[in-house]
Amino acid sequence: MGRYIRRRLLTAIPVFLGITLLVFGMLHLAAGSVTDLMGEGSASSAAEKAALEASLGLDRPLPVQYLDWLSGLLRGDLGESYLTGRSVAGMIAQRVGPSLLLTGTGVLLAVAIALPLGILAAWRPGSAWDKAASALSLVSFGVPGFFLCLVGILVFSVVLGWLPSQGMYEYGVFTGIGDLLRHLALPAGVVCLSGVGELVKQTRFACLEGLGEDYILTARAKGLGEGAVMVRHALRGSLIPVLTTILSHIPHIIGGSVVVEQVFGWPGMGSLLFDGIDSRDDAVVMGVTVVIALTVLLTNLLLDLVYGLADPRVRYEKG
Amino acid sequence: MRRGERSGRSPLARLLRDRRAALCLAILAAELLAVLLLPPLLGLEPYASDLEAGFWAPPSAAHPLGTDDVGRDLLARLVYGGRVSLGVGLCSAALSALVGVPLGLLAGYRRGAWEFWIMRLADVLQSFPSIVLVLCLVTLAGPSAVNLVLVLGLLGWTDIARLVYGNTLSVREKEYVLAARALGGRTGRILRRNILPNVISPVWCALPLRAGRAILSESSLSFLGVGIRTPQASWGGLIQYAASLPVLAERPWVWVPPAACMLLTVFCLQGVGDGLRDALDSKIRNPSHRKLNSFFTKSGPKCDKIN
Repeated sequence: MGRYIRRRLLTAIPVFLGITLLVFGMLHLAAGSVTDLMGEGSASSAAEKAALEASLGLDRPLPVQYLDWLSGLLRGDLGESYLTGRSVAGMIAQRVGPSLLLTGTGVLLAVAIALPLGILAAWRPGSAWDKAASALSLVSFGVPGFFLCLVGILVFSVVLGWLPSQGMYEYGVFTGIGDLLRHLALPAGVVCLSGVGELVKQTRFACLEGLGEDYILTARAKGLGEGAVMVRHALRGSLIPVLTTILSHIPHIIGGSVVVEQVFGWPGMGSLLFDGIDSRDDAVVMGVTVVIALTVLLTNLLLDLVYGLADPRVRYEKG
Repeated sequence: MRRGERSGRSPLARLLRDRRAALCLAILAAELLAVLLLPPLLGLEPYASDLEAGFWAPPSAAHPLGTDDVGRDLLARLVYGGRVSLGVGLCSAALSALVGVPLGLLAGYRRGAWEFWIMRLADVLQSFPSIVLVLCLVTLAGPSAVNLVLVLGLLGWTDIARLVYGNTLSVREKEYVLAARALGGRTGRILRRNILPNVISPVWCALPLRAGRAILSESSLSFLGVGIRTPQASWGGLIQYAASLPVLAERPWVWVPPAACMLLTVFCLQGVGDGLRDALDSKIRNPSHRKLNSFFTKSGPKCDKIN
C-alpha cells in the first residue's frame, strides 16, 4: 500500500510541474503584454515602458521569472496584480467563497436529481423514468451552458419576473439569506443542469451493472422487497463508481461555472479570470488558472488514493 | 472492411439502415450544402449594411430574418456563421484525431519513455477545464477562426489518444502482432497494418462527439466575445445579441435561428456518433458475425469490443 501511494504521488510531481510550465509559458510566450495596454492611454516612451517592465520584474530572463513564480507558488504567494498591485492570492481568496457556493449548490442539486433518477431508470429500463433520464442527458450534453443561462433569464427573469438575472446581492451587500438564494437559483440551476447528464448516465450504468450481480438474485430469491433490493444491494454496490464519476466530473463542472459566472455577473473565480484576461493582468490569469488546475490535480490524486484503499486489485495492477 | 463485405454489409451501410443516424447524417449534409451553396445562389451579403431597411428591422421579404444592430442581413450572417461554426467544429475534430491517434499508438506500442511523456502531457492538459485553457490561449493567440481550430484541435487530442492507447495496450500482446514482429516487420508497418485497424473504430465513434464539443466551445467563446469577433459571423456571436434583455425578450428572430441551428447540429452529431457505435459494434452482437469473429481470432484481426 505504501508503495502504491508513493508511486502515485511521484507521478503527480511531473504533472504539477507541467501545469505550472504550461500556465507560465502560455502567458509569457504570447505576443504583447500588460505594458502595451498601459501605454495606450498615455503616449509612453520606450524608456517608460522599460522602467515599467523593470518594476514588474518582466525584464529578467524567463527561467529566472519562472523559478521565482514557482517558489512563490509553493509558499502560497501568487505575486501581485500588475494593475492594482494587490496580492493575487488575496484576490482569489475573496472569490473562492462565491465560486464554491455556486459550484457546490449546483453539484448537490445535480446529485440529488441524478441518484434517484438513475436508480429508477436502471430499475425499469425502457420505462418513463428511463426515457426521462435519457432526455435529461441529451439536454445536458447538447445544450451549452450559456444558452441555458439565456433561456433561464428569459423564462424566470423576463417573462415570469421571479428571479434576478445579475449579481449576487440586490444592493451589492449581504442583506439576508432569501436575497442570496434568489440570486443563486438561476446560476446554480444552470450549473446543475449542465452537470447532471453525465451523473444520471453513470448512475444508471452502475446500477444496471450492480443489478446483474448474483447477490441481487440471492436477495430477490430470499424474498426481499424490490425497494430493499434496489437501495440496500444494487445502489450500495454501485455507490463507489457513482462517487467516482461525481469527483472526476469536477473539472467539467468548474469549467461550466466559469461561463455561468461571466453571464450572470457572479463575483467568483470565473469572472476574475475574465477580467484578468481582458486587461492582460498576467499575474491574475496565472494565479486563477493554476489554482483551478491544482484543484483538479488534487481531486484526481485523492480519488486514486481512495480507490487504492477501497479496492486492493487496483494497487496490485498498477504496481 | 473486407470482413464487412463478406458478411454482406459494410459499417457504412449498417449506419444508413439505422433510421435515426441516417436522418442525422442527412440533416448535417443538408446544412453543409446550404452554407456552401446558399451564398452564391441567393447573393447573400453578410457585411453590407442596408440603410433603407434600418437597424433591428423585423423579418421582411428583403431580409427574411431581419437585420442586426448595424443593418446587416441576418440570414446572410446565419449562413456565413454556419460556415465558420461547422468549419471550426469539423476541422478541429479532424486535427484532434490526426494528433491523438499517432500519439496514442506510440504510447501504447512503444511504452517506456514514450508512454510516460505522452500520457503525462495528456494528464497536464486534462487538469484544466477545457474552456479555461481554450479561453486563455485563444485570447493570447488572437481570436480568429484559424486560431480556434488550432487551439481546439491541439487541446482535444487527449480523449482520442487515451482511447487508442488503451486498446493498443491490449492489441500489442496479441499473437499476430508477435508474429509480425518475428517476421521482422518494422514498427511503422506493424502499427499501420496490424494495430491501427484494430484500435480505430472507437475513434470513429468519438469524432462526431468531438466535433459537437468543439462547436459548443466555439459558440461559448464567441458568445462571451472572445472567439470569433464581428464583423465575422458565427452562431455563438449571433446568439450574443440576446445577451441584451430587449433583444432576448422582444426580437426572438435575431437569436432563435442561430441557436436552433447550433442545437440541431450538435444533436445530429451525437446521433451520428451513437449510430456509428452501434454500426461498428453489431459485429459483436450479431450471432453470425460472432462465429466469424471467433474463426478469425486465431489468424486475423479481431474486433475489439467498443466501450
